Amino acid sequence: MNILKFFTAGSVDDGKSTLIGRLLYDTDSILADQLEAIQNANRKNDDGTVDLAILTDGLRAEREQGITIDVAYKYFQTAKRKFIIADTPGHIQYTRNMVTGASTANLAIILIDARNGVVEQTIRHSYLVSLLGIKQVVVAINKMDMVDYSETVFDAITQKYKSLAQELKLDQVTYIPVSALKGDNIVHSSERMHWYQGASLLHFLETVDTTVQQQSDKARMPVQWVIRPQTDELHDYRGYAGRIASGTFKVGDQITVLPSGASSTISKIEFFDKELSEATSGQSVTVHLATDVDISRGDTLVNSSAMPQESKLIEADLCWMDTKGLDTSITYLLQHNSKLTKCKVAEVIYKVDINTLEKQSADEFKLNDIGRVVLKTADQLPFDFYNENKANGSAILIDSRTNLTVGAAMFRALG
Amino acid sequence: MNKYNFDYLDELEAEAIHILREVAGQFEKPALLFSGGKDSITLVRLAEKAFRPGKFPFPLVHIDTGHNFQETIDYRDEMVERLGERLIVGSVQQSIDEGKVVEQKGKNASRNALQTVTLLDTIEQYQFDACIGGARRDEEKARAKERIFSVRDEFGQWDPKRQRPELWNIYNGKIHKGENVRVFPISNWTELDVWNYIRRENIALPSIYFAHERDVITRNGQLMAASPYLNMDDEDVVERKKVRFRTVGDISCTAAIASEADQIDDIIAEISQSKISERGARMDDKVSEAAMEDRKKGGYF
Repeated sequence: MNILKFFTAGSVDDGKSTLIGRLLYDTDSILADQLEAIQNANRKNDDGTVDLAILTDGLRAEREQGITIDVAYKYFQTAKRKFIIADTPGHIQYTRNMVTGASTANLAIILIDARNGVVEQTIRHSYLVSLLGIKQVVVAINKMDMVDYSETVFDAITQKYKSLAQELKLDQVTYIPVSALKGDNIVHSSERMHWYQGASLLHFLETVDTTVQQQSDKARMPVQWVIRPQTDELHDYRGYAGRIASGTFKVGDQITVLPSGASSTISKIEFFDKELSEATSGQSVTVHLATDVDISRGDTLVNSSAMPQESKLIEADLCWMDTKGLDTSITYLLQHNSKLTKCKVAEVIYKVDINTLEKQSADEFKLNDIGRVVLKTADQLPFDFYNENKANGSAILIDSRTNLTVGAAMFRALG
Repeated sequence: MNKYNFDYLDELEAEAIHILREVAGQFEKPALLFSGGKDSITLVRLAEKAFRPGKFPFPLVHIDTGHNFQETIDYRDEMVERLGERLIVGSVQQSIDEGKVVEQKGKNASRNALQTVTLLDTIEQYQFDACIGGARRDEEKARAKERIFSVRDEFGQWDPKRQRPELWNIYNGKIHKGENVRVFPISNWTELDVWNYIRRENIALPSIYFAHERDVITRNGQLMAASPYLNMDDEDVVERKKVRFRTVGDISCTAAIASEADQIDDIIAEISQSKISERGARMDDKVSEAAMEDRKKGGYF
């Protein structure tokens, strides 16, 4: 069994929380006491049935206003898979929350209200999915009950979306007509849309191939911590602890330590009480080298035959996440894996109007703005481009005055 | 082990180890909050996997309400001995004796709420800048929105509206002096994941997790362990029942469930079929819909 992480993009009115509530409800993932709490709640649907959206609205302000403000994580599993849902708000003022939820997802569900079709926010949500490099997309055309379960309506929306998908280079898109409110095609196949031959949403989520992610095979391991027991019996023990960001390291591989450029050979890979012959992307291990090399937290081990980019000037797509706008005159901190370095935004090349996808020149860069910038770092970074390697191609910006995370950066090849 | 066998427990484990190592790398004085419950026992196991053969780069901290199940204290002491790691105990009784908190009165009195003061005092006394805890997002709605690195202000308060965005697997642990961070490495685990992991790793647990005979009283529809710490009166009828506990907290607010599950396989089967959430057996969460959110804002775990 493996894990599928997905996120849902849609607005208050598209029924996003209802869709998640329905997935949980129809998979029997809601326990009796939780169900009792929502049954006792004052909020009900117009027809008196329980409002499933309450299940994901966690904070008091959200319940009072009936909207989702923050990212909420929900968990459920079936016999086939374990699921982690990032439920994010869809309104433009919460773009940063959506970017956050999307950053760890392997799949995105984009909700479209069947009555309205592809609208401005559909473009915005799809752009964010493309920006964050999510390969698998489900377009859930919701509220089919409000359009008499019409195939014509579904087809028209599908056609319209296909041109958007092409423009955004989203090539693995699946279209499913659903009614979250009534439960059609969420967990159970709908009895009211016989013209639809495809899988229900859950069935699709259970069976979709998640290995079709962009997974670089170039071996990278950021060093998080050096294990040195310094006891009598382990006097010379020196292990480099980290999680493999991409690729596979094998015992005997020649590696290069960056940024120093020193090289050595892997003599041993340990995982607690086991010795491994190799370790691959996602594993947290401890690596030993054949020779003494000066290595500390913030360094990256790479396979010497597949070197990364190395530069102090990096082009990136930047999403601004702070209420205080970007200031190109001040120095920020940039965190790239375990490395922390000083950083300035040397240039704003353009800003994207995320509702129309137009590129604009920009004098200011405010909360939720997204655009292309040039980052200038104090130390040379060993990185890959985001579209080839998410883990080694992303970074956050921190404002050292407030310590807040103010920007999310995705490294891009020079345009 | 090869990549094709890298299943969901391996993935959750690798993520938690990564988070623990980030704590070690980013903070000066971290601590691991150890309650004696299965979640913090799991954290200890993960810390062994993250740092052995080295020492843990943090002490274990137990906030002791004084109203304990003796079984968990015995377990704690044996574990610390086996690990050879440092244990710090913050005592709620001491906070009461010093007049910092006042014991609750009445039939449903519990020391659970008082722990927050002792926890914050312990953090201040030892100048901890990061406290690792075993909270999970599937436990409760407010927790579902909390970050893995969750910043608390000088007063230990959580502000849900000012949470930092947390992207990819990059954790921002930068804080100002006086602030601290609560870190939740098993945020993405469910109760069932924890049990499956405990089974896979063969981790020993305090005996109260397994079905056993115990004197209990029924109060507000829940089975409470009869103990000197529970305020009982003539209406309370003590009965001997076969029970087990799903969470381990202060003895006066942790309810038992009737159960025959005395083996881990039986427990996993029982949880898989259960229709009541784990925190459904916690009286402290029954107070209001926003009970956990309010406690967290005040500095709770």
